[in-house]
Amino acid sequence: MTKKKGGSVQLGTIAALVIMCVFLAIANKNFYNPSNIMGILKQTSFNAFLATGMLLCLITAGIDLSVGANAVFCACLMGALKEGGMTNGIILMLIAICAGALMGFINGTLLTRLHLPHPFVSTLGMKNVLWGMALVVTKNKMINNFPTSVQFLGKQTIGGFGGGFPVSFIVILILYVIMHIFLSRTALGRSIYCAGGNMEATRLSGINTANVLTFCYTMSGIMAALAGILSVGRSGICNGANATQPYDTDAIAACIIGGASFTGGKGTMVGTMIGALIIAVLRNGFTLLSIDSSVQNIVLGLVIILAVLMDVIRASMEAKRRRLAAAK
Amino acid sequence: MAEYIVELKDCTKRFPGVVALNHMQLAVKPGEILGLIGENGAGKSTLIKVLTGVHKADEGEIYVNGVKQEFHNPNDSAAAGIACVYQELNIEKLLSVTDNIFINKWLHKGFLLDYDAMHKKAREVMLSLGQDVDPTKPAGTFGMGIQQMIEIAKAVLIDAKMIIMDEPTSSLGEKEVEQLMKTCRDLKARGIGIVFVSHKLEELFELCDRVEVIRDGQYIDTRPIDQWDNDSLIQAMVGRTLDNQFPKEFGKKGECFLKVENLTVGGVLNNVSFEAYGGQILGLSGLVGAGRTETVRAIFGADPLDGGKIYVKGKEVHIKSPKQAIEAGIALLTEDRKGSGLVLDQTIRTNLILASFKHHSSGMFLDERKIEETGQGHINALRIKTPSIDEIVGQLSGGNQQKVVIGKWINSDAEIYIFDEPTRGIDVGAKVEVYNVMNDLVKKGKCVIMISSEMPEILGMSDRVIVMRGGKVMAEVERDSKHFNQEDIMKAAWGGSLDD
Repeated sequence: MTKKKGGSVQLGTIAALVIMCVFLAIANKNFYNPSNIMGILKQTSFNAFLATGMLLCLITAGIDLSVGANAVFCACLMGALKEGGMTNGIILMLIAICAGALMGFINGTLLTRLHLPHPFVSTLGMKNVLWGMALVVTKNKMINNFPTSVQFLGKQTIGGFGGGFPVSFIVILILYVIMHIFLSRTALGRSIYCAGGNMEATRLSGINTANVLTFCYTMSGIMAALAGILSVGRSGICNGANATQPYDTDAIAACIIGGASFTGGKGTMVGTMIGALIIAVLRNGFTLLSIDSSVQNIVLGLVIILAVLMDVIRASMEAKRRRLAAAK
Repeated sequence: MAEYIVELKDCTKRFPGVVALNHMQLAVKPGEILGLIGENGAGKSTLIKVLTGVHKADEGEIYVNGVKQEFHNPNDSAAAGIACVYQELNIEKLLSVTDNIFINKWLHKGFLLDYDAMHKKAREVMLSLGQDVDPTKPAGTFGMGIQQMIEIAKAVLIDAKMIIMDEPTSSLGEKEVEQLMKTCRDLKARGIGIVFVSHKLEELFELCDRVEVIRDGQYIDTRPIDQWDNDSLIQAMVGRTLDNQFPKEFGKKGECFLKVENLTVGGVLNNVSFEAYGGQILGLSGLVGAGRTETVRAIFGADPLDGGKIYVKGKEVHIKSPKQAIEAGIALLTEDRKGSGLVLDQTIRTNLILASFKHHSSGMFLDERKIEETGQGHINALRIKTPSIDEIVGQLSGGNQQKVVIGKWINSDAEIYIFDEPTRGIDVGAKVEVYNVMNDLVKKGKCVIMISSEMPEILGMSDRVIVMRGGKVMAEVERDSKHFNQEDIMKAAWGGSLDD
């Protein structure tokens, strides 16, 4: 894999993260308050789940705009079933994961078997479908009083430091290690990069690219469901109206800041983790500095544009370097 | 008034490592149809691009009506009155006929476009070309023949003095060809000069006043049509001597590895049947567009097949995808190395195992040590020049990239290797190395099928040659046959029959 270059990209983003942290620590004493740090990690977890699925799709040169709505829908589905009398938390979560997987599978199938031109189309449509469905199943109501097992992932903490280390972030760390090994050390993982780098060459090398893509979107759906379960634990409620929150954008931003590219073939779990931390620290910093939420949106939007711009500049500088090297 | 409406003199155009045009010349009189023919790679495309200002010649002069011209871009050439109808039409299918004809030459009424006037004018121009069409309809609703007329209408509208037609009949039906020829004669009657590039000799004899032959970037001969015949044209096109740049070695002819029967792809392939044997190189010869690539892609499951049977070592196989083809022991090195052979921004390591993940895994995980071992083996055996196995493939030279693709397929452990233009765009040294890989494969008893548009390569490396034309097999020539020579194979590729 691209060890050297991957490393330098990540050094840059790590530096950005450190600089932000130092700046915030100086600007506001509460920043390095343990409970604030733990809060950031909790916040990171939700986005990190979504970004995992998003990264898989981005590597294949695709995108999944339905992750946020899918997470909210899965949470609402659990809420509706609970209201309907189902109290077994394990079954609720299994149903949520299956539902999320199914939505992702539909996204993948629309793209690969029904040949919709770009996942932008299918997943954007799906986002709206899921938003509506989330409101339908909950009858436009917020639902609370979930079983404790459902709330475990989002609520539970370990130890007493700063109110406890969130279980969700431990799960994320384990997930990211597994996904890192999956992407770099298995045939399917390598196929995902190759499909994103050159779909046709990969197909003609005997890899069923349609299945590879469908797998990525299904995984994205499962990750969204996990994020949905986490959100229930963290807030104690499910709310269909949340489906319009900019969750998808945050997930995309984490991946792109972490070195993924809209043109596919690139991106790592490590980079995405750093990207997710940067987003969480940014949002946390805004809150600490009591910056208005509308200004938050402006800055986050600019950060995303800046990240993509840097990716474009990086690519064109790389191309120039190769041209010059070839001319010698 | 000069004798020639357009005259190109002593033109040389070099690309890195190759002289595409070498003291080329071409001259067209007003009201004349000049046929232009040459083999694949003779330099026709470059010649057209120099005339249309796409490429700037390194040496040479272009005169239009006796006035010397400098073309810096296609606009200069168009302004001087040279237009070209390319084989791949530049038609915006969703826009109306009028929009297509007037693109970038809009008529205005004040600030707004004057569609009334443009529709009227478009209709007139199309009528003058013998086409009564509604110019408000999208161009895509019409057939290829009319779309081509729209291109010609564009040329007429800019008052072109010379129109180049690059294989205009290749995608037309019989009736449309007739209409096109009639239009050409009309244009000729208006005093417009036409350069007619074609792969079909009978069209040249029917239509042209003179025919110019070029070969290997050089001007060979121009004669009035009545001084040419089939044999003399083909002789002029091939007439080079074979030098011994082909280290051909022979394997032992084995059993029939691949047999295809009546392969059919609607409109592309027509009952293609042939056999390929172990220990032999089967050459697939033919002009560009003869259906060779389509044939092997269909065998490989890259494109769907409409009919026909495929047998591998005597057993019928039903291949629906490249995956199944590879499982059946078939490898396909595609003609477009960058577009469909390699993942350019991945490493050599990854590209080498792309078709053989299974052989390089232990349990769930990729076996990096084995990958490195076999990979390093290929780098040494194929002499891939690279600092390391972790180099990004996009950074390698064309020849080394091609060797990576070859390594990928050798890794897949196939029995039947199909190489589509394996030496295109790579330097001479790398070519010889590719030939040696093929030699090794046939000596190991494998079956090699090589598509090549270079006649010397076909003759130099093949044990047997299949000649295709228009999606059909025209001839089959053994290496020891008396027809195993440039003239006869070229004759078959141009539609002639080989008698015994």
